[in-house]
Amino acid sequence: MTAIVEARGLRKRFGEVEALAGLDLVADSGQVTALLGPNGAGKTTFISAVATLVRPDSGELYVAGIDAWSEPGRVRRMIGLAGQSASVEPAMTGRENLDFIARLFGLDRRQARAAASAVLERLDLVDAADRLVRTYSGGMRRRLDLGASLVGNPKLLLLDEPTAGLDPRGRMELWSAIRNLVSDGTDVLLTTQYLEEADQLARHVVIIDHGRTIAAAPPGELKSRVGQDVLEVRPRQTSDLPAVEEVLGLVTAEPARGDLDTGTVSVSADRGAEQLTEALRLLVERQIAVDDIGLRRPSLDEAFLALTGHDAELAAQANAPAALDAA
Amino acid sequence: MTSQTEAIDRAPALGSDPQEAGAGFLTTTAQTARRTLLQFARTPQLLAMPAINAVLFTVIFRYVFGGAINPGGDIDYVDFLIPGFVAQVWLWNVMNIPAGIAEDSTSGVHDRLRSLPIPRAAVMAGRSVADTLLNVYPLVITLGLGFAVGFRTDAGAIAVIAALGVILAAIFAFSWFFIGLGLVAGNAQSAQFLATLVVIPLTFVSAAFVPVDSMPGWLHWFAANQPVTVLINAVRSLMLGGTDVAGIDQTTSYWVLLSLLWCAGILALFSVLTSARFARSR
Repeated sequence: MTAIVEARGLRKRFGEVEALAGLDLVADSGQVTALLGPNGAGKTTFISAVATLVRPDSGELYVAGIDAWSEPGRVRRMIGLAGQSASVEPAMTGRENLDFIARLFGLDRRQARAAASAVLERLDLVDAADRLVRTYSGGMRRRLDLGASLVGNPKLLLLDEPTAGLDPRGRMELWSAIRNLVSDGTDVLLTTQYLEEADQLARHVVIIDHGRTIAAAPPGELKSRVGQDVLEVRPRQTSDLPAVEEVLGLVTAEPARGDLDTGTVSVSADRGAEQLTEALRLLVERQIAVDDIGLRRPSLDEAFLALTGHDAELAAQANAPAALDAA
Repeated sequence: MTSQTEAIDRAPALGSDPQEAGAGFLTTTAQTARRTLLQFARTPQLLAMPAINAVLFTVIFRYVFGGAINPGGDIDYVDFLIPGFVAQVWLWNVMNIPAGIAEDSTSGVHDRLRSLPIPRAAVMAGRSVADTLLNVYPLVITLGLGFAVGFRTDAGAIAVIAALGVILAAIFAFSWFFIGLGLVAGNAQSAQFLATLVVIPLTFVSAAFVPVDSMPGWLHWFAANQPVTVLINAVRSLMLGGTDVAGIDQTTSYWVLLSLLWCAGILALFSVLTSARFARSR
C-alpha cells in the first residue's frame, strides 16, 4: 500500500499555541483514516496543512507523494476539502453550487453540468437540486458541501468534523454517503471528536492530542484497548455519591469513579447487562434514590485514559487517581 | 457572461485533462463574480437597501438641510447637491463589502476556494467586478431621483455619462480596499465598524453636501484634498458643464485626470495588498 498522506515531525505554532508539536502520521491509500482527538488537539490545523491552507513551521508533509510545501498547486488538484461549517452559498441552488466548484476545477460548461448531476445523484439530492440552498435542512447542506468537495473528482477527500452540529438522522445520512464514496475508491481523511464515528467510518484511526500522535490502529484493536462499556449512575442526592461508588465497586470489582460536577458515578463493566441488574438491586435494597442509570460506550475521554493513562482535557475533574489506576 | 472568456481561458489547458489544470484567471473571476451577483439578485433586502438609502439621503439633504445651506455663487443648492451626492452615494453600498468578506472568511467559503487549483487573486477580482456592476443601478436610480427633485443641467448627456464612468472607476478601485478591510477584520461586526470609520469621514468631510470653504482650517485641508472630494469635483464640473459653474478652481479635465490618477494609485496598491492577503498561507 502507498501512503496518500505522510507527515513527519510536523510543527506549527500560532502565537503562544503550539497546534502541531512534531506530528507523525501515515494514512494509506484505499481506506478512510480518522483523526480522533478533543478540541484543540490539532486536527483542524493538520487538515488545513494537508489542504495547503496552513504552512507548517517545520517537518515534512507529502500528499500522494507530492511535497505540500514546494508544490501546493499540484496538491490542490488532487484534494477536495469540506470544512467544519457547510460553505455552500444559500442564495444558489444545489446544482448551481456544484456547477460553480466544477467550473473552478477547470471543467467546461458541459462537463461541469455532468459532474454536478452525477454528484447530486450520488448524494441523493436530485429532488432538491434546483431549490435554493437556503431552503435546505442542516443535513442536506452538509451533504451538498460534501458534494462540492467531490465534484472535482479528488483523489483525497478531506473532511473536518463532517457531522458536527447534525441531528442523529443527518449524521446517519452523512455516514452512509461517506461509506459509499469509499467503496467508489476515493481516499478519505476525516477528523472527529467521536470514537463512535471513527469506529463507524474508518479502517484506520489516529488519535492525536496536543499536536502529537498518541496511537494509530484499526478501530477494532483500538476498542479492545479502550475496554468495555461503562456503567453510569446519577443518584438524586449528591451526598449519596460515595454510597453509589461502593455499590458499583462491589458489582464490578473495579474502582468506581465519582464526579461531583456531573453528580454521576461511572465504572467500566465487562458484563454490562448482568452488572446493571445487580447494581439496580443493590441500590433499591440500600434505598438510594437514582435519577439515571444506564450502560454506555466508552467516551473519547475514557479512550484517552485507556490509551495514554491521562485525561484528555479533564484536568479539572479531580478524581483522576482512581481513574489512573484503572488505566 | 463567460462565453467570450472561455476560448482565451481554456487555451493553456489544451491537450491536457481538464481536471489536471483548474480554472484560469478569467473563468475564476467570472464565476466568483457571478456568485456574488446571484447572492444579491436573490436577496431582496440587499437589492432594496441601496435604493432606500438613496431616497432617504436625497430627501433629507434636499428638503431638510437644503433650505439652510447656501452653496454660494449663482447656483441653487439642488444643483450643487445632486452631482456631489451621486459622486459619493456608492460609498454607502461598498461599506457593506467588508462584513460580507469577513463572513466568507469565517464560514469556510474562503478556505474552500483557497483549496482549489485556481489563481487566488482572481477570487478577489471577481468580487471587485461584481461590486462595481452592483453599483450601476443605484447610481442610475440616484441620478433619476436627482432630476425628480429638481436638478437641472445644460451639460448634456455625454458629460453626465462620462461622470458616471469616472464614478465606476472609483468604485472598482475602492472595492479592493474594502475587500482587503474585510479580510483583515476577523469578523463581520468589526468589519462593519472599520468600514463605517472609513466611510463617514470620506463622505461627510468632503465637498459632497457643503462647500469645503465653510469648514475650519485643519478639516478644510483634509476635505479639500481627499480622493472623494477630487472625485466629487470631477463629477460636479462634468455634470454642471464646467468648473466655473461648479464654483471650483482648475478645469474639468484637471479634476477628471486627478481623480483617475487617485483611482489608479488605490487600485495598484490595494489589488496587490488584498490579493496577497487572500493568497497567504496561515
